[in-house]
Amino acid sequence: MEERPEGDRAVGGGSGASGGDGASGGDGASGGDSRPVAGPSRGLPVGRRTVLGIVGAGALGIVFGAHVQSGLTRVLDALHGSTIADLVPGGGGFVLYTVTGGYPAPPAGFRLTVDGMVARPLHLAVPDLEALPATRLTADFQCVTGWRVDNVHWVGVRLTDLADRAGVLPGATAFHFRSFDGVYTESLTIDQARESGAIVAYSMLGAPVTREHGGPVRLAVPTMYGYKSIKWLSTISLVDRVQPGYWEVNGYPIDAWIDGRPPDVHP
Amino acid sequence: MSRVGVPTAPTRPDAPLVRFDRVERTVHWATAALFGIVVVTGAALFSTPVVALVGRRSLVEQVHVAAGLALPVPLLVGVAGQWGRGLRSDIGRFNRWSPADRDWFRSAFPARGRCLRAHEGRPIGKFNPGQKLNAAFVAGAGLVMLVSGCILRWFRPFPLSWREGATFVHNWLAVAFVLVVAGHVVMALTHPEERRSMVRGDISRAWARRRAPAWLDEEHPGRDPGRCRGS
Repeated sequence: MEERPEGDRAVGGGSGASGGDGASGGDGASGGDSRPVAGPSRGLPVGRRTVLGIVGAGALGIVFGAHVQSGLTRVLDALHGSTIADLVPGGGGFVLYTVTGGYPAPPAGFRLTVDGMVARPLHLAVPDLEALPATRLTADFQCVTGWRVDNVHWVGVRLTDLADRAGVLPGATAFHFRSFDGVYTESLTIDQARESGAIVAYSMLGAPVTREHGGPVRLAVPTMYGYKSIKWLSTISLVDRVQPGYWEVNGYPIDAWIDGRPPDVHP
Repeated sequence: MSRVGVPTAPTRPDAPLVRFDRVERTVHWATAALFGIVVVTGAALFSTPVVALVGRRSLVEQVHVAAGLALPVPLLVGVAGQWGRGLRSDIGRFNRWSPADRDWFRSAFPARGRCLRAHEGRPIGKFNPGQKLNAAFVAGAGLVMLVSGCILRWFRPFPLSWREGATFVHNWLAVAFVLVVAGHVVMALTHPEERRSMVRGDISRAWARRRAPAWLDEEHPGRDPGRCRGS
């Protein structure tokens, strides 16, 4: 943009003026042009055009990238398990979050506890859960920040069934969940648990829930954003009011319906 | 190397040139440090093995966002004031493509060390077209990363499809960005003289004669034609 008539930027040199106009040999920039062609501010603004092009493509990507991503996911699903699918973004499916140092291991003799405002607190090992009536469901796992895994298959016990088994005392309106990582917590009203069909899952993607995915037992809340599906679930407490969970304290919505409202369930 | 008409002024014939002034070098290294933080924390948010190693998502996210927002600051401070004259003029050089630059590309990346003056007799300036493209990519892609990152961090006002799009753009562009910067680092590692000029600021006149002849002409009009041997 700016012309720079100022002179010598040589480190050791003081003099700007030079009488050496007749340096002869012609400056190499001949080729028809009489003036030097490579001055700092001459030529087409290719740089600016490139920047604008990238910014424009980025804007299109933000607005329409979801479609590209879902097409890409279909292609990558075909390559599932291959190295390519693991290496590229969005190919591996889940982005595995943990809020503590690493993926926590379950305590020895792990049991899921249901307590709080209940008549009969429960302490259930995984086989105990597996012995209860199972609910199978398939749902898209949608992260609030935008990534999604389509058609995740879950098996577990309906949260409301567990609550009924423990005997909900009058005045209890909500669940409070705790993870054995010691940090992660979540919340759900009893109504939301029913409307969403939330389950305590011990099987995910056709196999026991792995440690990275929050095993041995985690929540699966279809129709709500992924952070509601608390991992490494250890305690379910019935409480008289909603206590915001870990991500909710950090600014995520407490009512995490993906569509902004509960699904229309009419059995 | 004709030296006809050298004036009486006491410029040593081989006095080095300032390639990057103090402001430019400070901006470069501050940006590099912030970029390093963003890459490491970004990996700790996204890549499963690194997540397993680091965890602490909330803290990592805060560092990532803070470093990402800070990334443009050194450049903005650098161009803002009186001190930014050299930086501003170099940005102007990155922007403009001379006929020589187009020739350079047409000749499809000349072999290393080949005299750039030789391309149809047209001299390359202070930055070659590869460096100009790199600068344009960093500026454009940096803006896109900033905007898509802000959408991911402050997602509430945006529709879900935009968040998905922002995730898509942010993730893929991050991979591209790391590859481009890795290329930049490889070039620096294989070009010691150029690398030193980003540390100490100056570069030899012989280098300028070989690699940036039009720049030399511009700094010393007519005095040091910087021709290639045998051209």
